[in-house]
Amino acid sequence: MNWAVVPPILPLLFIGVRVTVTITLLSVLTGLIIGTFVGMARLAKSPLLYWPATFYVEVIRGTPLLVQLVLVYYALPQAIGVNLPPMLAGWLAFSINSGAYVSEIVRAGIQSIDRGQTEAARSLGMTFAQAMRYIILPQAFRNIMPALGNEFITLLKDSALMSTIAVPELMRYGQMMVGRKAEPFPIYITVGAIYLALTLPLSLIVRRMERRLTKGDRA
Amino acid sequence: MIELKNVHKYFGHLHVLKGITNKVEQGEVVVIIGPSGSGKSTLLRCINYLEEPTEGEIVVDGIKLNHSATNINRVRQEVGMVFQSFNLFPHMTVLENITLAPKKVRKMPAAEAEEIARELLAKVGLSEKADAYPRQLSGGQQQRVAIARALAMRPKVMLFDEPTSALDPEMIGEVLDVMKQLARDGMTMVVVTHEMGFAREVGDRVIFMDDGRIIEEGKPEEIFQNPKNERTQAFLSKIL
Repeated sequence: MNWAVVPPILPLLFIGVRVTVTITLLSVLTGLIIGTFVGMARLAKSPLLYWPATFYVEVIRGTPLLVQLVLVYYALPQAIGVNLPPMLAGWLAFSINSGAYVSEIVRAGIQSIDRGQTEAARSLGMTFAQAMRYIILPQAFRNIMPALGNEFITLLKDSALMSTIAVPELMRYGQMMVGRKAEPFPIYITVGAIYLALTLPLSLIVRRMERRLTKGDRA
Repeated sequence: MIELKNVHKYFGHLHVLKGITNKVEQGEVVVIIGPSGSGKSTLLRCINYLEEPTEGEIVVDGIKLNHSATNINRVRQEVGMVFQSFNLFPHMTVLENITLAPKKVRKMPAAEAEEIARELLAKVGLSEKADAYPRQLSGGQQQRVAIARALAMRPKVMLFDEPTSALDPEMIGEVLDVMKQLARDGMTMVVVTHEMGFAREVGDRVIFMDDGRIIEEGKPEEIFQNPKNERTQAFLSKIL
């Protein structure tokens, strides 16, 4: 076991880190947009909104992320003849996946807001969309920040799956370096440590947000 | 100003309103009293369609309420509502609470909305609280802000749903004072309350409801001193 192989490959691993962080951020943001609309649709009375949204959430949450990823990357070209570059496929699959989980978070967030808030907004003549935008969602998002933070952490770790479709992220670089140096233990330990170094501060931030929220409720 | 024709409301199998027919004239202050569960809050909430009547017709300011969203939003702009639990927007300052709807719904310029808001805050005696957040205010102050918020839309009618029921006794007076002033200024008001002193002092008409029906109505002095129906008598003897 030769730990001396690690320092020289660190710059390469950090290129992977940049890709990992970027694609995770992009996926969470897209997932947030999808999740906000799907979450509202899940609360809609109209079956035309409720059922498609529920179908989407159940399918995505009931199937492995890895299967979704390879479907977008390997199966989509066969089905509709579109070849997506790995990064785009990864972003798309992760956004769709994240959207389903975020929608459940958003739904819970909206439901956590007192009905009186909607009633007050509507009684002032606001439309449903205005009440959502100015009154309900700002309060809901404040309440779900910790849950969104956890979703980001989950996605960051799961982004290692993208190595299977050749996205040049951290795990992929690790595998390449192991192939070159034949030192799996030191290199994979290093890769794991880097993931931990990324998620640990985020976990701390999430915990602090949670504490501040409970305190805010009491005030 | 408000016309109710044979209004019925069911919650599932529960028959909450059993054919309410009534009329509120412009400038009139109508106080609705009755035991809890008598349907008085539901009736109030039907007037701005927070509850949809199962049957019957409601006309507000010449507009017949129906299911279309534009219609409901138009009527709600003319009907202010004050809730038992205040329902101020906790993520906004007092000033933002008051200016939001005029800006977004009435499309009023920000400066004008703010001017109106400050005028109204002065009227309810809370000028110095413009930049405070709701959680920093007492219940009585929150309710006065809620009244100012409703008034900022320049409504033609104000609905009050037990506005003092959630307040500590020492704060009830300050809210009632604001409401009395409003009544003297000529606002059309429908008030669900247990404050009989308020009903006597500013009410033009008192409606007694029980079991989803209007049992008796009349001038406050008639109802309070000389109730004709025995259910009214029983209710008043308990609370007066």
